[in-house]
Amino acid sequence: MTVELAGLTLPSPVLVASGCGGTGRELAAYAPLADLGGFVTRSLTLNARLGGPQPRIVETPSGLVHAVGLPNPGLEPFLATELPWLVQHGARVVVSIAGSSLGEYAELARRLGSAPGVSAIEVNLSSPDASAAGVFDVREPFHAASVVSAVQRDLPRGVPVLAKLRSDPVRVVESARTVLEAGAAAVVVGNALPAAMPDGRAAGLSGPAIRPLALRCVADVCAALPGAQVVGVGGILGVDDARSFLAAGATAVQVGTALLHDPTAAARLAAALHHDSEETAS
Amino acid sequence: MSPGPGPGADPAVQHAGPVHVTAELLATKRIGAHHHLTLVAPGVPERFRPGTFIAVSVGESHLARRALWIHRVRPVGGYGAAVEVVVEPRGVGGSWLTRLAPGARLEVTGPLGRPFALPKEPVSCLLVGEGYAAAPLFPLAERLRERDCPVTLLLAAEDEAHLLSALEARRSARAVTVVTGDGSVGRRGSVPAVIDDVLAQAGADVVYAAGPLPTLHAVAAAAEAHGAWSQTALEVPLTCATGLCHGCAVPVVGETGVARTARVCHEGPVLRGDRVRWAELLAGPATAPATGPVVTP
Ligand SMILES: Cc1cc2nc3c(=O)[nH]c(=O)nc-3n(C[C@H](O)[C@H](O)[C@H](O)COP(=O)(O)OP(=O)(O)OC[C@H]3O[C@@H](n4cnc5c(N)ncnc54)[C@H](O)[C@@H]3O)c2cc1C
Ligand code: FES
Repeated sequence: MTVELAGLTLPSPVLVASGCGGTGRELAAYAPLADLGGFVTRSLTLNARLGGPQPRIVETPSGLVHAVGLPNPGLEPFLATELPWLVQHGARVVVSIAGSSLGEYAELARRLGSAPGVSAIEVNLSSPDASAAGVFDVREPFHAASVVSAVQRDLPRGVPVLAKLRSDPVRVVESARTVLEAGAAAVVVGNALPAAMPDGRAAGLSGPAIRPLALRCVADVCAALPGAQVVGVGGILGVDDARSFLAAGATAVQVGTALLHDPTAAARLAAALHHDSEETAS
Repeated sequence: MSPGPGPGADPAVQHAGPVHVTAELLATKRIGAHHHLTLVAPGVPERFRPGTFIAVSVGESHLARRALWIHRVRPVGGYGAAVEVVVEPRGVGGSWLTRLAPGARLEVTGPLGRPFALPKEPVSCLLVGEGYAAAPLFPLAERLRERDCPVTLLLAAEDEAHLLSALEARRSARAVTVVTGDGSVGRRGSVPAVIDDVLAQAGADVVYAAGPLPTLHAVAAAAEAHGAWSQTALEVPLTCATGLCHGCAVPVVGETGVARTARVCHEGPVLRGDRVRWAELLAGPATAPATGPVVTP
């Protein structure tokens, strides 16, 4: 079941959500990366980050609360080791980026845009623990638009920008409109919702608990901006969940927490949706 | 003799990787405060080495996975090999697992993690296990005996009910010391209180330990003081247990002396005791740094 997203042809509408696929190597043992629509990396920053202290993730009814703190190797080691490995294994690599300033976003875009094997850039505009993690805290739609413009300006043509927005039902349509006007090729609707760890640290909430909210946001954006391409993400665990997002108008979906519960989840969803499309075709 | 951080034995198995399967619960047996579960999980027994674990999904509504030490691998008529795990019905996950009836199906991934590294020469080994976490030490003792390593066991628990098979331990070890918190069996005490004595008496060159973090810290410190290697099997919450979420990172000292973090499920759960930055790990959120250099494995 191929889909066209932001000018790319993907073999499946199922992508791995940022931060839930490790470096790719760990996931490849359970799901051939080439069969998935794409692999979104954990958010990359210019310099390496250790991430936050323990505990980083706790369980809550139908969800996970996490304050992982964007651990990542930084741009150079990523380009040297992780990216070539992903490309070699047939993944369509979407690099998620997070910066502490507009300049940092621009530099990430410049360096990644010219790296062979980067299919798209996903700009993380909705990190739920942004200030704790020391990255640009995007609170207003115009902040989001200025980040997208900065990234867009420094990217070579042909590398699309996906803008990842918070599933805030009040602001999401306005946010989507401004980032699309700023040059984003598609919007990814649904990040973890702002939450707190039991000890009060800023955190994000993911999992089935946030699914109805994410679905509402996807449906609203698709209805208000009929030409826009939307990737739906938030609490998609089973194939019926994925179907609801696609039925609401999403072009593709990302799977995150489901992979932590069952590492084969993305592969299973991709296979089931592929089966759906074959049934419709025949 | 250099039990480095890496796995020791069969390279073919090492590269085979874990499997994700639907397992069948064949038998469940209550022994003391624990439940011993026998699982038919095709592909797991063949890949097992002491110190590896399985991750199970605890029903549909609990998202985090629960890690369980593999205690034993044994042939079961008609099924090939089965794995045995020891579960303490503590929280939601443990209680759920111990309520399952034979015939139940559960999602299992394994074997996961790096096992205990085995010494290349027959050196004297001390194995320290607390509560259910002594489970991986029994198959380890077998492997060490096969390599002609004299094995001493130190088993600890809060009380007799939480003590794992002291009888069986006597079969696989040259000497066994038992300590319980309430003194109901063996000496009254704890691992930190007796480790120096036991280590000196055993004259061990390598110490293997599995249990709560403070116990592991005490063992690692004692080993260092006695000039012994230590291999500690860490227990921190493993949300995915498969290396995907980066939730289980602990502070360690890298090979080149740089401070970095290691994912327990991926680079561990067995880590060299002298490589773990215990003070930082045990201090928790207040003091650990939020940023700094990262070296990914
Ligand atoms: C490598 C490894 C091996 C383990 N082997 C065993 C075993 O053989 N038998 C056994 O009974 N238990 C074992 N545990 C602990 C087990 O995985 C559960 O974490 C523990 O039983 C608590 O989960 P719960 O659902 O019972 O309790 P809950 O209180 O419901 O747990 C809530 C959450 O906290 C996490 N959590 C709490 N305490 C711990 C802990 N000490 N370690 C890891 N996660 C924790 C749980 O994963 C869960 O996400 C092991 C843990 C690790 C890391
Ligand atoms: S528990 Fe998810 S990376 Fe270790």
